[in-house]
Amino acid sequence: MPTKDVVVGSRIGLHGRPAAIVVKTAQAQPVTVRISTGEKAPVDARSIIAVLALGAHGGDTVTIEASGDGAEAALEAMAEVLAKDLDA
Amino acid sequence: MPEVLRGLGVSPGRTAGPVHAMGTPPVLPAVEPEVTSAGEERERAAAALAFVSATLDELAGKVTGPAAEVLATQAMMAADPTLADAVSAKVGEGSPAAWAITGAIADQQEAFVALGGYFAERAADLADLRDRAVAWLLDEPMPGLPRPGVPYVLAADDLSPADTALLDASVLAIVTRRGGPTSHTAILARARGLPAVVGCADILDVADGTTLSVDGGTGAVAPVSAAEAEAIREEALAAKAAAEALTGPGSTSDGHAVPLLLNVGGAADLTGDAEGVGLFRTEFLFLGRTAAPSVVEQESAYRDLFEAAGARKVVLRTLDAGADKPLPFLGLAEEENPALGVRGLRIARGQPSVLAEQLEAVSRAATATGADVWVMAPMVATAAEAAEFAALVYKAGLQTAGAMIEVPAAALKARAILSSVDFVSIGTNDLSQYTLAADRMNGELADLLDPWQPAVLELVATVASAGKELGKPVGICGEAASDPLLACVFAGMGISSLSMSAPSVPAVRAALAAASLADCERLAQLALAAPDATSARKAVAGTL
Repeated sequence: MPTKDVVVGSRIGLHGRPAAIVVKTAQAQPVTVRISTGEKAPVDARSIIAVLALGAHGGDTVTIEASGDGAEAALEAMAEVLAKDLDA
Repeated sequence: MPEVLRGLGVSPGRTAGPVHAMGTPPVLPAVEPEVTSAGEERERAAAALAFVSATLDELAGKVTGPAAEVLATQAMMAADPTLADAVSAKVGEGSPAAWAITGAIADQQEAFVALGGYFAERAADLADLRDRAVAWLLDEPMPGLPRPGVPYVLAADDLSPADTALLDASVLAIVTRRGGPTSHTAILARARGLPAVVGCADILDVADGTTLSVDGGTGAVAPVSAAEAEAIREEALAAKAAAEALTGPGSTSDGHAVPLLLNVGGAADLTGDAEGVGLFRTEFLFLGRTAAPSVVEQESAYRDLFEAAGARKVVLRTLDAGADKPLPFLGLAEEENPALGVRGLRIARGQPSVLAEQLEAVSRAATATGADVWVMAPMVATAAEAAEFAALVYKAGLQTAGAMIEVPAAALKARAILSSVDFVSIGTNDLSQYTLAADRMNGELADLLDPWQPAVLELVATVASAGKELGKPVGICGEAASDPLLACVFAGMGISSLSMSAPSVPAVRAALAAASLADCERLAQLALAAPDATSARKAVAGTL
C-alpha cells in the first residue's frame, strides 16, 4: 500500500484550523486516507475526532497511507496540506 | 420579585435590560427505556447528530474569528464518522439513542482529557454537542444562549468557555448563580468590559423578560421599569465615552504616576496606547507539549513581544505550571492538593533545566531587541527562594529580577524578599485563595475570594509599605487591579503600577484621574479600617 511520511508544517500542530483543513482535504479524496503518528495505530483522516486524538504537534512526522485508484494523487494532496503552516 | 438581589460584583459598570436565562443542559431520565428496534435507535441517533451538526454550522456562519472556528470544528465533530461508529456500537449493546450518544462521547472525552492542554479543552466542545443531541432526542429546549433578539442581561448557572465564545454584542451584562471573582465568567466579562455579578443565588428564579438593573461594582441586581432601564443605559454609555476620551499614562488628579500595564499572553494582546506589559504569561509556549520547547523556539516567541513593546517595559513571568495545569514533559506526579504542591518556581527544585533554558531564551531575546525586560518567578514563598531565583536571572545576563507575591508567607516577609530582588508583583487571585484558604475554582466560596477581604487588603498594604521603605517597585497584576475603586485604594497604599487586561484600562485610568493622591490615601485607610469586604467596598464607593 502506498505510504508517505510528512512533517507537520503547522506550528500549533494538528488542531484548530489546521486539523479542520486536513480533515476536509481527506473528505474530498476518492479513497480513504489513513494517518498515524509514531506508535499510534493509523486512523481515518476524515474523522476530526480521530485526527485531534493523534495529538500531533508541529514538527512531528506523520505517516499517511491509502490504497486503490487515485491513492497516489490523494497522498500528494494530503502531503501538501499537512506540510503547510495552515495557521499562518 | 420586588426586592434587590445580591451577588458579588466582579466586573464594574452599570446597565439594565430584560433578563434571559441560559438554556440548561438536558438530564437523562433515571430509567433507561428498553430498545425495541436497534435500527430505529440508530436512525434517531444519526438524525440527532445531523441536526446538531447543521445547527452548529449555521451558528458558525453568523459569527467571525475564533468563535466561528470553534463552532465549525464542533459541527465537524457532530458529523464525525468515528463518533457515528461508536454510537452505533453502543446501540448494538442495547442503549437507546440518547444513552448511546452520551456513552460514546464520554469515551471520547476521556481520550481528549488524557492528551491534556488544548485537546483537553475540546472535551467541553463534545459535552456541548452531546447536550444538544440529547435535548433534540428528548424533545427538550436547546441548551445554550437564549438569543431573544434584543439587548439583554444574560442569567446562567455558570458559563462554559464555549458559551462565552458565542457571546455577542446583544449581551448587556452577565449574572451567574455560581462562580467567584477569578472564575472564567468574571475574567471574560472584565476582558470584554461587560458588567458582571457572580454568586447571585436567586438569579435563576427571576422570570425571563423581567427588566433588571445590574451593578457590576456593588453586585446589586434589581427590577426596574423600562424607562429607568433606558436612563441607566444612557448614563452608562456617557460614563464609558467619558472614560475612553481620557488617554495617556495613568496618574492621579495631582500628577502622581501610576503606570497602567497590560496582562498579555503574546504580542497580539499588546495595544498601542498601553504603558507596557505588567504580566507576560509564558505558558502558551509549553501547553500541550511532550518535550520542552527549545531555547531557539522560545527566543523567537519572546522576541515577537519584546519587539512589539519597543521601549516599553515588559514584566515576564517564568513558567507557571503545576499539577493543576499539568505539562506532560514535566512528568509531575498527581497530587492530592495541587494548589499547595509542586508548582511555579518549585518545579525548578527537581528540574532546574526548564527554568535555566527559559531564562537563557529570555536573555537572548532581550539582548537582541534591547527591550526593558523584567523577569519574575511565580509561587515564591521565602526570601531564600527569591534570592536564588534572582541569582539565576543575573547569571543568565538579565538585569531585573523579581518575585510574585501570591503566598501569604511572602507577603508577610515582603521586606526580606524585596531586599533580595529588584521588584515584586502581587497576584491577588492566588493571594486571596491562599489567605482565605478558599479554592479559586469553588464558586460556593466566592465571598471569601473577594479581593476586598480585609486580610488580603492588609497583606497588600504590608507589601506596599515594604516597597516604599526600600524604594523598590511593587505592582499588582491580579484581577483586583482592574477594579477602578480598588485601583485608587492600591495607589493610596503606595502600589507603583497596576496591570490588567486592555478593556479594563479606560475605567481605571478615569477613576485615578478623578482622585488626588491624598484622596487615594484616605480611601486606603477607609478600606483597611472596614470590618468586612462589603463595608470596605461601600465605604470607598460612598466617598468617591
